[in-house]
Amino acid sequence: MPVRLPAAFSPPASAPPARPEGASPGERPAWLDLVDRVGDFWIVGVLGLLVLVFGLLNTQLFTKGAWLSISNFSVEYLLLAIGQTFVILTGGIDLSDGAVLGFTGMMSGWVMQGMLNSGDSSLLTTIVGFALAIAIGFLIGAANGFLITRLKLPPFIVTLGSLTAVGAAPSLVNGGTEVSTLPPQIGNIGNGAVGGWIYTTFLVAVVATVVFGLFLHRTRFGLRTYAIGSNGLAARRAGINVDRHLVWVYAISGLLAGLAGMMVMANQAVASPLSGQNDELDAIAAVVIGGASLFGGRGHMLGTFVGTMIISLLVTGLVLVNVNGSWTEVVTGIIIIGAVALDQVRLRLAEL
Amino acid sequence: MAGPMADEMPEPPGDQALGPGQAPRGEGQVPVIAARGVTKHFGSVQALRGVDLDIYAGEVVGLVGDNGAGKSTLVNILSGGLQPNSGTIFVDGQRVSFSSSLEARRLGIETVYQDLSLAPDLSVWANIFLGREQTVKGPLRLVGWLDRKAMAASAEADLERTRIKIGSVGSPAGRLSGGQRQAIAVGRAVAWGSRVLLMDEPTAALGVEQQERVGELVSSVASQGVPVLLISHNLPQIHRLCDRVVVLFRGQVVANLRPAECHVDDIVSWITGAALGARRSA
Ligand SMILES: Nc1ncnc2c1ncn2[C@@H]1O[C@H](COP(=O)(O)OP(=O)(O)O)[C@@H](O)[C@H]1O
Ligand SMILES: [Mg+2]
Repeated sequence: MPVRLPAAFSPPASAPPARPEGASPGERPAWLDLVDRVGDFWIVGVLGLLVLVFGLLNTQLFTKGAWLSISNFSVEYLLLAIGQTFVILTGGIDLSDGAVLGFTGMMSGWVMQGMLNSGDSSLLTTIVGFALAIAIGFLIGAANGFLITRLKLPPFIVTLGSLTAVGAAPSLVNGGTEVSTLPPQIGNIGNGAVGGWIYTTFLVAVVATVVFGLFLHRTRFGLRTYAIGSNGLAARRAGINVDRHLVWVYAISGLLAGLAGMMVMANQAVASPLSGQNDELDAIAAVVIGGASLFGGRGHMLGTFVGTMIISLLVTGLVLVNVNGSWTEVVTGIIIIGAVALDQVRLRLAEL
Repeated sequence: MAGPMADEMPEPPGDQALGPGQAPRGEGQVPVIAARGVTKHFGSVQALRGVDLDIYAGEVVGLVGDNGAGKSTLVNILSGGLQPNSGTIFVDGQRVSFSSSLEARRLGIETVYQDLSLAPDLSVWANIFLGREQTVKGPLRLVGWLDRKAMAASAEADLERTRIKIGSVGSPAGRLSGGQRQAIAVGRAVAWGSRVLLMDEPTAALGVEQQERVGELVSSVASQGVPVLLISHNLPQIHRLCDRVVVLFRGQVVANLRPAECHVDDIVSWITGAALGARRSA
């Protein structure tokens, strides 16, 4: 362990006193500090505004049914976006997580079907199913990280490759057809709702957000994740094993995609080879809308949560006000560009 | 660690006639850190051509030279971030070969890099503790739960020593002025450097008054026994502060001067190569 020296090295007391803070000529005006402080939260304002607009257009938004469908819709995107937040904070990207979601769900469903057919208990089958999906996701993520760090390939290329390869795999499992022989526990998870208001799957996603959010914002691992994206060379010089850390980051993304695969399966009560397709784009959008920089180093788990809720609200809200579903994607696209553009403006203001 | 070479540290084979004063090699004293015959090239650029350097306990050694002379390259080799093409580094007389900056840091060799090596998005305290984070006691320690309060408090104390005002240790390093960022890098190195401090232009972004404070800090660190290798273009300050000044010229040590025995202008003429030319033609 490195040794810290006692706080003995103070220059002689005769040194002139430091100039009082706030008196230096280049001080930033106060309103810019306000922009900084509000800046991190403007996205919450956007969410509020969307609620207001859709609510005014159709008061159905404030019903239990609308809340349930919004929260239900958000589950898979939220789980993927948590992992994506870690990845994007390091300056990387994971294009494979939607494909991993689909593949882990299919593999797990197929194995569970086999177990049930051979007479295993449904509880054991459920546990094995979860463990398998999470383990496969973890391994695919770790493989991504390994290729990125050992072969020094860009994350975009590696995960695009896994998106393509892993994305095709579900159609090779169970003859490419849905698996519907699943333990009843899976269906119960999908249907269950705490107090009738909070879907079990949504609860799982929110707990995962909190747990991984604390892991990101309160632990050494999280701090180093930021450091790598903020200044990779400085992180290396500080003694961080950057390559090993990145493998873990991509593995976390894969692991959460595996969990998402189980939640989607629970929600639909079948394992479908079509699950997860293009989900990665919405997950990345959620993270970016939530204020993360694609260059790494900047972002927040709370922002990711709000970003996911904005996308879910948009999709559900536009349906409520009878707008053609394709418009959702148009609006999402505009919001992504708007979020990044506003962020750039904010950065430029911060540099003043 | 030991290669085929002997672990004995050879005497510097360098030209003893260079400059009016070799290292103050006290009887039987072993340099805290030393380089022998260090070379380094980047492609066809020969950045270092066989550099010998000794730094003894308690010394402040100035390393000066024109831009591109190889100063930063030498510092990066001593701090483990770069590996020399040939030559050897000795720490307390023991041959070492660093494969990463972590190994150098573990030996108490701390560096203020010319680029400061700060993560702009991390808070000041996080930059000071990056790679050596303090975790809380208790079960949360197992997940690496940070003791943010403790780190913020010691960071504050570390920075006080530089006597340069940094508003809050919680603000991101990237928000601070160039001088403040330099103060973080200096404060961090002083806090952790238990064997030797390597400072690559630590005062370049500072005002006159702040440069003085860093100078005082350097002297006080050295007086505690931790030697400092100081790179700076502020030659009057180098002349005042250093026990010895080593001049690099195109990747070679051309002079080893004692400020007590020479004038600032002499240092300048070694830096520009004028003295070298004069000696050759003499
Ligand atoms: N990473 C690098 N790649 C290529 N050339 C380099 C690199 N680092 C330094 N150099 C070259 O090596 C020489 C010495 O550079 P440097 O050590 O930075 O000098 P100084 O710090 O004295 O200004 C210069 O010619 C510089 O261009
Ligand atoms: Mg330099």
